[in-house]
Amino acid sequence: MLADYGYIGLLLIVAILFTVSMPLLALSLSFLGIIPRKSNPDKTSTYECGMETIGKTWVQFNFRYYLYAIIFVALDVLTVFLYPWAVNLKELGLLGLISVAVFFAILVVGYIYAWRKGALEWK
Amino acid sequence: MTLLEQFQLWLATIWPEWAAYITPAIVGIVVVLAFVLLTVIVFIWYERRLLGRFQIRLGPNRLGPEGIFQPIATALKVLLKEDIVPAKGDKLVHWLAPVVVFVPILLIFAVVPFDKGAIFSDLNVGIVYVVAISSVSAVGIYMAGWASNNKYALIAALRTIAQMVSYELPVVLSIIGVVLMVGSLSMSQIVESQNIPFIILQPLGFVIFFLGTVAEMNRCPFDLLEADSEIVAGYHIEYSGMKFAMFYLGEYGHALAYSCIIATLFLGGWQGPLLPPIIWFLIKIVAVFSVIVWMRSTLPRLRVDQLMAFAWKCLLPMAVINLFIVAAEALWLPEALPWIMVVVNFAFASILTLLWSRLFALGGGRVEV
Repeated sequence: MLADYGYIGLLLIVAILFTVSMPLLALSLSFLGIIPRKSNPDKTSTYECGMETIGKTWVQFNFRYYLYAIIFVALDVLTVFLYPWAVNLKELGLLGLISVAVFFAILVVGYIYAWRKGALEWK
Repeated sequence: MTLLEQFQLWLATIWPEWAAYITPAIVGIVVVLAFVLLTVIVFIWYERRLLGRFQIRLGPNRLGPEGIFQPIATALKVLLKEDIVPAKGDKLVHWLAPVVVFVPILLIFAVVPFDKGAIFSDLNVGIVYVVAISSVSAVGIYMAGWASNNKYALIAALRTIAQMVSYELPVVLSIIGVVLMVGSLSMSQIVESQNIPFIILQPLGFVIFFLGTVAEMNRCPFDLLEADSEIVAGYHIEYSGMKFAMFYLGEYGHALAYSCIIATLFLGGWQGPLLPPIIWFLIKIVAVFSVIVWMRSTLPRLRVDQLMAFAWKCLLPMAVINLFIVAAEALWLPEALPWIMVVVNFAFASILTLLWSRLFALGGGRVEV
């Protein structure tokens, strides 16, 4: 079992090396002079439709994202608990199904409340 | 037992243990990387040709037979472009973002079964691994948008997070439908237990999973984060040269990875009559990818509020209902009679789809304009 994860680790190392080597290849080619390196302030300025950018760009997230995120976290934790049940469905039988249904019912109340309150609307 | 493990056992008889462990891994990694890069290049060509056909034009057909060398020429051209980093941007994160997008996509292929035993690493939690790894590239896209210090890119980055968060849930819940039938999370066991492909047994689960994954790989009609008509090119607007090429490759790699996952979970993977398994697998991947391209050329892009409403008010409740239907059927229906399940599930799928379309028409899930 651990050997399988060792393979994943090896693949991770090779994938990182391979991926990093692609921009490094471009970088070394630009040092060799094959890729042009003629930077100027106009080229590196922020792209916008011909105008100078007004105000700062790095702003805070809109509050709306927070509502989606909190519902997501609640439901995503639920799905984590569902996987062990799904694998052992036959052994757990009817009792398991009922417990999951109760678990769902509690969350569905919250989900309907969020829907009613308009937390799922994007305004 | 996978082919690589058999290779390792055989090597262990003649080589020291560490070499016998490392060598099959290297062979496997080379095969996986070669498969990904070759298939991605073919897919880029295939999508451009197919889009051309859909739009009643020819598509690239000059370089080589049927224009097959066009992606290679594009890659060379992009490689030789100047690398422009915005002066006001975060330079380190700007560098790191393409790597963070691309590495998880390569890692997904570790658990894709290409044939009986031809899987790089047969994890017993295979499908959970796929779900976990594939959401990492959203972080990379967010990093790209944030580091560019550009308003369009930032909007794209924010949209990515909202989209990923919304479509993760229906995808995960529809995967549980498959796991309920199989009783295992391992990818190879999921394939082996599909005597009847799950697309026939769980049509609703397939539709939810398909739409959710198309949204997660940011393809039309869910490609709001690179909507050309409103935010120009989205998160990779400030990228050029090789780093842009990595995003481009990453996008197609993502499409390829999810085509593999869809083929494995719902279309029966490498199983099929007459032809060799690997051919069946390739046919299924190409079929899934063709449908994705078809959707791209047919459907208009969703508005952002429609996108969120579709995930939260349509796909999520349907996924939950689908989950309970499948759970009840897996518990009580005798396994010798799968056709009852097919009929029941097709009936449920059509009733639920009609119901939800009525709900949206009546204003229950309606979004304000």
